[in-house]
Amino acid sequence: MPDATASGEVLLRGEGIVKHFPIKQGIFFKRTVGSIRAVDGVDIEVRRGETVGLVGETGCGKSTLARSVMRLYPITDGKLTFEGHDLSKLSPSEMRPYRRGMQMIFQDPYGSLNPRRRVGSIIGDPLAIHKIASGDQRKKRVQELMEVVGLNPEHYNRFPAEFSGGQRQRIGVARALALRPKLIVCDEPVSALDVSIQAQIINLLEDLQGEFGLTYLFIAHDLAVVQHVSDRVAVMYLGKIVEVADVKDLYSTPRHPYTNALLSASVVADPDKARTRDRIILSGDVPSPINPPSGCRFHTRCPKAQPICSTEEPPLVQREGDGPNHLTACHFPVAEGEKLASQKAKILHAVEGFLAEAPT
Amino acid sequence: MSLTTVQPVPAEVLPEEPAVKGIEGRTPLQLVFQRLRTDRVALISIIVIVLIVALAVGAPLIAAITGHGPTDANVDNGTDANGQPLPPGSAGYLLGTDNLGRDILVRIAYGARISLLVGVLATAIATVFGMVIGLFAGYFGGWLDSILARIMDVVLSFPYVLFAIVLVSVFGSSVPLTILVIAFFSFAAIGRIVRGQALSQREKEYVEAAHSLGAGNLRIMFIDIMPNLVAPVIVLATLLIPTAIIFEATLSFLGLGVVPPTPSWGNMLSDAETVGFQAWWFYIFPMLFLLLTTLAFNLLGDAVRDALDPRTERIFAARRKKAKAAAA
Amino acid sequence: MIRFLIRRIVLGLITLWVIITLVFILYYAAPHDPAAQLAGRAVTPRLLQQINREYGFNLPIIVQYWNYLKRMVPWPGLFNLGTSNTNRLPVTEIIAQAVPIDISLAVGSAILWMVLGISVGVLAARRPRSIWDRGATVFVLTGVSMPTFILGLLLLYVFYYLLTIHGIAIFPKPGSWTPFTTNPLEWAHDLILPWITLALITAATYSRLTRSSLLETLGEDYIRTARAKGLSERRVVYRHALRSSLTPIITQFGIDLATVMGGAIITESIFGLPGLGLTVVQAIQVQNLPVVIGIVLVASFFVVAANIVVDALYAVLDPRVRVS
Repeated sequence: MPDATASGEVLLRGEGIVKHFPIKQGIFFKRTVGSIRAVDGVDIEVRRGETVGLVGETGCGKSTLARSVMRLYPITDGKLTFEGHDLSKLSPSEMRPYRRGMQMIFQDPYGSLNPRRRVGSIIGDPLAIHKIASGDQRKKRVQELMEVVGLNPEHYNRFPAEFSGGQRQRIGVARALALRPKLIVCDEPVSALDVSIQAQIINLLEDLQGEFGLTYLFIAHDLAVVQHVSDRVAVMYLGKIVEVADVKDLYSTPRHPYTNALLSASVVADPDKARTRDRIILSGDVPSPINPPSGCRFHTRCPKAQPICSTEEPPLVQREGDGPNHLTACHFPVAEGEKLASQKAKILHAVEGFLAEAPT
Repeated sequence: MSLTTVQPVPAEVLPEEPAVKGIEGRTPLQLVFQRLRTDRVALISIIVIVLIVALAVGAPLIAAITGHGPTDANVDNGTDANGQPLPPGSAGYLLGTDNLGRDILVRIAYGARISLLVGVLATAIATVFGMVIGLFAGYFGGWLDSILARIMDVVLSFPYVLFAIVLVSVFGSSVPLTILVIAFFSFAAIGRIVRGQALSQREKEYVEAAHSLGAGNLRIMFIDIMPNLVAPVIVLATLLIPTAIIFEATLSFLGLGVVPPTPSWGNMLSDAETVGFQAWWFYIFPMLFLLLTTLAFNLLGDAVRDALDPRTERIFAARRKKAKAAAA
Repeated sequence: MIRFLIRRIVLGLITLWVIITLVFILYYAAPHDPAAQLAGRAVTPRLLQQINREYGFNLPIIVQYWNYLKRMVPWPGLFNLGTSNTNRLPVTEIIAQAVPIDISLAVGSAILWMVLGISVGVLAARRPRSIWDRGATVFVLTGVSMPTFILGLLLLYVFYYLLTIHGIAIFPKPGSWTPFTTNPLEWAHDLILPWITLALITAATYSRLTRSSLLETLGEDYIRTARAKGLSERRVVYRHALRSSLTPIITQFGIDLATVMGGAIITESIFGLPGLGLTVVQAIQVQNLPVVIGIVLVASFFVVAANIVVDALYAVLDPRVRVS
């Protein structure tokens, strides 16, 4: 369980969040024959004012977790509290007042805006839905928001198609800000943008955080971006969080083998560093979320797997030598200086031609 | 795509990305108008339709001018010495008279009223109904969708001419009933298209975004999704009007739509059939007007479809250029 | 595949049931007195009583409905469509007499419209924006804008009336019908004008369908590959493209064929052919319920069955459909 004595009041807390998607089959009345276990028991905590990064491969469940936390659909199991209120079992209409406190920014700047509505109407939508402002007042607030995110307020009446990708993302940010939320869940907000535009949007988000006292749950698969924006980072694999730590700790002393593999896979600019570092290549594919492996889900691909890993699921706890914010779910966490690539023969030649360095 | 370290670049240094040029904030309706203006065929169709509407609206006026009502039989020398109908061009009868001595021109004008009224109203009702049902079915999915989709499938499977006849025979024929019958058998065509579109739009991210803002289902359906399917519905509705007009004419022809003595182009034609082929003006005129009207709407519908189709942008751009060059 | 078929068949049965029930509601439960209508002019209370007893109109609606449903089941001993009010003939016999006409009408016009429609469509698709294409568009528009009865009347006027007046009596007058078995030539002779009427209008839809379907297929990459291989344009179009573009056409054909077989009401009315269409119109006009119900059942059955066959065919031709 995350330690609540860390600084800052907890804004959002998820305990044992489970989200399964049932698979149905049948001629007329479809029976549930199985389920996709997208999120399978996640504990997460977001404190006021911080940015929590959430990383993982495609399909690990991070987007599902984001949407579950936003209650975009009902959660299969678990407890979700926001500012102390229990949101776990609320109906959509009961959820509505709480939506003013948490908002979301979406990944696709082209799909997340209604192509047939004018930008001013899109940004002002939350104000209309919650009956906060109308008519001229609403227009004024929308134009203020447009200025805050760096858009020209005169473009109030244009359609999304007339804006570039980066500008559309700004529209999305403006829309999320309209209700002055406390928490903003950013679902890969820059993944679909060009690199230079990514920088702009990230800077914008950081500026806004300072100006409005926002809290972010920032989901991405780009480790460098996450490193830049986050205070703490959580790593997800196949529906569970395998490691969470302060950003400095995670990137300097990752404990979970999976985190190590992820970090080793990122592109490093310095060719010397790239050549000499520990390059871990995982074998096999990500297992199906319909039938995840027993025990520790990562054991099928882990270079350090032992028999116990397939029978007992490791708890997400603080390990020896780590700070109180650093939790790892592994029976055999990676020690400082340990080189994983030299461990076992479970190593494949990567297609690019990387070879693992064999020990002497 | 990743960066080793993200160098923060101040936003003022990078150039402001220019807005994409082109459509400049036009709704589908404005787009249609703008493009139709360059389509000669569409313009002609619109003119024809306007003229026929004028004819329909001005029917009482025509009756007043000529002095004959639509059902006035055999007044004012409506038949010749042997009681035979007068051919077109006879004194005071521009299009001749029918076997009861009634002024064909006036009857055509009143018939236009019926055809347009039934055609447009039935289509309008069918469109509204079809859109609502299609939206509900496509958006909510689940059991509601199953039921509504099945209903639409069943309606589309009906041998509808047959069924229309049955309905009319049970309840007696009248204009309101004809309108309802036609609307009933047409709504499924619109409903099916709307349902398909709603189903696909429902998965789009902007719908998810609307949910995250706390928007209610009705709001999402009518304010978010509906504008996205207005385009195919407009096309289908415009093409549905001539179908409705033909439907009404057919029913009237069989004696089951608009009953005599109220004139409808359909029942004028059935009168013509009973009388025989000698007096050609009996049926050439109703036939002509009927064909003209349906043709005009069909052409307009095709033109609207082309106007709304993003793939034909090039053709319209070329036309605009030509028009500009000609004007210069 | 089997599951798919089962779904379709069950849905088809439900559709039939809905149609039958609707007819029942309209005629038996609607606010009018079926007995009075049957009695006609010579209404006496005695007669009404007799009719009510004979037809069971006094029984509760549910019981009437149940009896009605039982008679619809195609099982020997149960199946009974009753007898006609006007001539006391069993309805099944009336239907059996009328069906050959519809089949003749359907088959003849079907061949015509397919040949005409598809060839015009192919021609238009092969030379887009040419004079052929524009001509095809005109053809389509005319066919789609024209009510069947107008074309029928027009053809009758030109080919029957005008010619006969001038002494060229090629085409028979409306109302002639010779069964195929009696004299095939006569049979065809009597049916030429009705065939052309039906075929021209339907062909318009098919040429539009063929044209758009073929154009779409011709734009696909594999056609481009075929051309690149050096195949003649003819080969490309007829052997490769046409095959895949025919799918929607075939499925539409099944439905249209069934609809005509169920009774081409207008065509039969104009040309006086005593098929299911004309029969049912006449029956409706005199409220001859058993005949009406029988023919509605048969016509609906044709359409529903055709839908099932067509869906199955589509699934065979396009495997993607099976999974949906």
